[in-house]
Amino acid sequence: MGAKSRYLPAVLLIAGFVASVLIPSTGLVNDYLQFVLMSVAINAILCVSLNLVNGWMGEFSVGHAGFMALGAYASAVLTVKLFPGAPPLLLFPAAVLIGGAVAGVAGIPIGILSFKTRGDYLAIITLAFLMIVKSGLENIPYTGGPRGMLGIPRLTTVAWAYFWCVVAFWVIRNLVYSKYGRGISAIREDEIAAEAMGVPTRSAKLVAFVTSSFFAGVAGALFAHQLQFINPSSFDILKSTEILVMVYLGGVASLGGSLLGAGVVTILTQCLQPLGTWRMVVLPALLVLLMLFRPGGIMGYRDWSWLKPRRSPKPRPKNEDGQQPEIGEVSP
Amino acid sequence: MKYLIQQAINALQLGSIYALIALGYSMVYGVLSMINFAHGDVFMLGAFFCLLLIAIVPVPFWLALIVVMGATAILGTLIERFAYRPLRNAPRVSAIITALGCGLVIQNTTLGISPYARPMPRLIDNVTYEFGGLTFTTLQLIIIGVSVVLMVLLDFLIRKTSFGMAMRAISSDRAMVPLLGIPANRVIAITFALGAALGGAAGLLYGMAYPVVSAAMGISVGWKAFVAAVIGGIGNMRGAVLGAFLLGGGEVMTVAVLPSTYRDLISYSLLLLILVFKPHGLLGKPTLQKA
Amino acid sequence: MHKPLRALLFPAAIVCSGALLLTSCQPSKPSVKIGINAELTGEMPAVGASCKQAAELFAEQVNKAGGIAVGTEKLPLQLSVVDNSCKADQAAAAAQRLISQNGVLVMVGPNASSCAIPAGEIAESLGCLMISPWSTNPKTTVDSTTGKTKKNVFRACFTDRFESPVLAAFATKNLHAKTAAVLYDVSSEAPTSQSTLFKEAFEKAGGKVVAMETYTTGDRDFAAQLTKIRETAPDIIYLPAPYNDTPLIAAQARQLGIKAPFLGSDAWSSPDIIKLDTGKSLEGSYFCNHYSTEAPNPKAKQFIADYTARFGNAPDDVAALTYDAMTLAADSVAKAGKLDRSAVRDAMASTRAFDGVTGQFVYPEGAREPAKSAVIMQIKNGGFHWVSTVNP
Repeated sequence: MGAKSRYLPAVLLIAGFVASVLIPSTGLVNDYLQFVLMSVAINAILCVSLNLVNGWMGEFSVGHAGFMALGAYASAVLTVKLFPGAPPLLLFPAAVLIGGAVAGVAGIPIGILSFKTRGDYLAIITLAFLMIVKSGLENIPYTGGPRGMLGIPRLTTVAWAYFWCVVAFWVIRNLVYSKYGRGISAIREDEIAAEAMGVPTRSAKLVAFVTSSFFAGVAGALFAHQLQFINPSSFDILKSTEILVMVYLGGVASLGGSLLGAGVVTILTQCLQPLGTWRMVVLPALLVLLMLFRPGGIMGYRDWSWLKPRRSPKPRPKNEDGQQPEIGEVSP
Repeated sequence: MKYLIQQAINALQLGSIYALIALGYSMVYGVLSMINFAHGDVFMLGAFFCLLLIAIVPVPFWLALIVVMGATAILGTLIERFAYRPLRNAPRVSAIITALGCGLVIQNTTLGISPYARPMPRLIDNVTYEFGGLTFTTLQLIIIGVSVVLMVLLDFLIRKTSFGMAMRAISSDRAMVPLLGIPANRVIAITFALGAALGGAAGLLYGMAYPVVSAAMGISVGWKAFVAAVIGGIGNMRGAVLGAFLLGGGEVMTVAVLPSTYRDLISYSLLLLILVFKPHGLLGKPTLQKA
Repeated sequence: MHKPLRALLFPAAIVCSGALLLTSCQPSKPSVKIGINAELTGEMPAVGASCKQAAELFAEQVNKAGGIAVGTEKLPLQLSVVDNSCKADQAAAAAQRLISQNGVLVMVGPNASSCAIPAGEIAESLGCLMISPWSTNPKTTVDSTTGKTKKNVFRACFTDRFESPVLAAFATKNLHAKTAAVLYDVSSEAPTSQSTLFKEAFEKAGGKVVAMETYTTGDRDFAAQLTKIRETAPDIIYLPAPYNDTPLIAAQARQLGIKAPFLGSDAWSSPDIIKLDTGKSLEGSYFCNHYSTEAPNPKAKQFIADYTARFGNAPDDVAALTYDAMTLAADSVAKAGKLDRSAVRDAMASTRAFDGVTGQFVYPEGAREPAKSAVIMQIKNGGFHWVSTVNP
């Protein structure tokens, strides 16, 4: 890999950011396509954050929509009820961060519960969590109860969605390719052996759940400010299922797979609109077929090489002549 | 007091239906350690098969029940054969996702074919009886009666027949069973068929109790029954029945006292509470999970 | 398996993006585009179907006559139909799609108030005229943040503020009811506001509401709430539930021994309600409607004949109101004289009187809903029968 390609990803990212800022101002891309682009970005964030728990850590969480709901409602309360007149450039990132933080805090009890419970029972606990969040929101009149919250300002733009998407991918990519991340993958492979090898499983689980739910909250906040209207039934088991479909279609434990899954499902959902209800037959059928032939998803457990960290060879100490020692020769 | 007993009768009816569906979940989990997410939609198809049957040839209730149970049993076997068996040795997660996918396909295909809610024709003469200020109907008696009979039959099958013993053996140690000469695939297929048949019966009874049938009914009822199975200890038949009646009772009592928006909140909080203190359900046994 | 799959990935991505771009391309011939945001699937598919069919009938008739006169030329009417599955967030997304991608001039629908309210917010923020045929909830035309009337959202029907007092008056004067019980869906906008308004009106008319019970959308078992209602022994039960939940509730009530007649809102108006009421529990019950096939004016007679000839069944109130909404939309475009959204909107706002299939419309200055008559219907002998008309 030459020196030029070292900077290529960074250059492309910045170019993408500039493009996303310019897109709304020029008339090139119409409103609807912008809407779809934002949806792809939001779904990508949801996908990669769920992938952290379901893919890299090997659990089966179905409660992701619950964290999304918490983020959506928390940020909406901030922008609609508490600070309706504040300047958007300041308010929106704060709202998104707080939405993410609320969801992240909610991830702590789930993380703690996961210390003792694994597998199917943890899945059921996440399901219970999702239903409790949804049902709880239905009973809070302050946020509109079951009829939902109207009048959320349209603060999500292609630029913001892109920005948060890049942040999410960057954070999670650095997490999974770090020593910590290897610990998370070790939990997936064999938890008892990992503990025996000294992996701090408890803190790893906690970090995974909190990071995952934080970004789900971020995505929820972006979602609320894109649709301008949220109600508890937007965040039910069907939404969680949608995210699961994206993760398992694109590929578990894969950053590229998360992006791919989110992109394919979002775009297909829009393209297949003319089919009506049959659209929701085609998508799951595709998923079932994929599971039969490729159980990990399209890019399961693999990633594009430019996402992985470069591993430069460890420099070998030179001997007295200033020469690199031959292999096999013992150096002082 | 009378009011509470009236509500208890309602709870018995709801609980019976949940129990029939929950048994299906538990049976499949017992033999395959897999949550069959398509089961709720098999339940929904039970009601639709009944509609189809009555539209072609009007039959009396007991015949409709038998035919519907047969049809859903065949459906269950087909799903197992083509969607689950190839994934028998794949990571568990793929099987679960496949089950989810199958469920979605079934549900949306039915929705596509019949987007409108349909009325369930009357199969029995519904007479309301009054007894000391309490009302109950023939329908309620039939639902509770049929459910109890089916549950007792299943319990007998599992505990007293050799087939039941084979099912229990597969739950204990799936790899060992073929070595003992038991056709594991056949036992698993029949287990699926039985579970699906019970689900189909539940669908028919539910359709009779709430005679507006729509393709979306599988979701809410299916998930509730799944929760019931887990409360009782998934994999355990008696636990499934216990969990179902507990959940049905809890739901009816919640709505009797609080606004109905609290119903799901209380049900799922109850579930969470039970799982925190008894992680394997009320009657479940802890299984060693390596990964 | 890897290589062939990977080789397919890139072309697949290109195809998908291409398809998306193509679907967003505008057709080259100018036409008057009207979007239909309808509940084709979900809780009330009969409502969506009626709406779509009435819109199609109107479009066919208009195009057969040469199109809509915009300025000097006659342009064809082009319909864009999008399903909102009777879900609030999908209604908002459908509105986005119709207005931004399909570039419609006017949006007709949604009908269910829970969908019309969020769709209205989108229409308002994107500056596109929206006419809801059937949404009676007052909130549809009110901006939730400012509390003022929306600029772009109109309706073709009266609101609950007119309907609920009409029903309350009917209950107290004609049915001589002194006590009433109410059972409604608290998770849906329309029944909730209708119940609150009914309670106010009923108590103002001298009656007493003895029970206000709630349930959630999708509930099937109402035994708990009905048992509570039974204890209070009301004279009538107000049940503003949609046409596929009402037979269920009524059947369970009759099973529990409740004999009081039911009173319904305009949500009962689909003929499917009788089909679904296999136990005849609704026999003798009354509800409020927008028009009746039995007491029609000449325009209605023509419409009913055309609709029945085209689709095989008589039109319900949703169909009639959609036809009127489409007529209003087309007239506004013709009055505006150009394919410009704000001009069309101003033309609609300047409409004062309109003679429609569902009766005489009068739009006072600044109002978004017409003052028009309501009819009371009774379900008897397997059909709807007109009882009386109430004028504003």
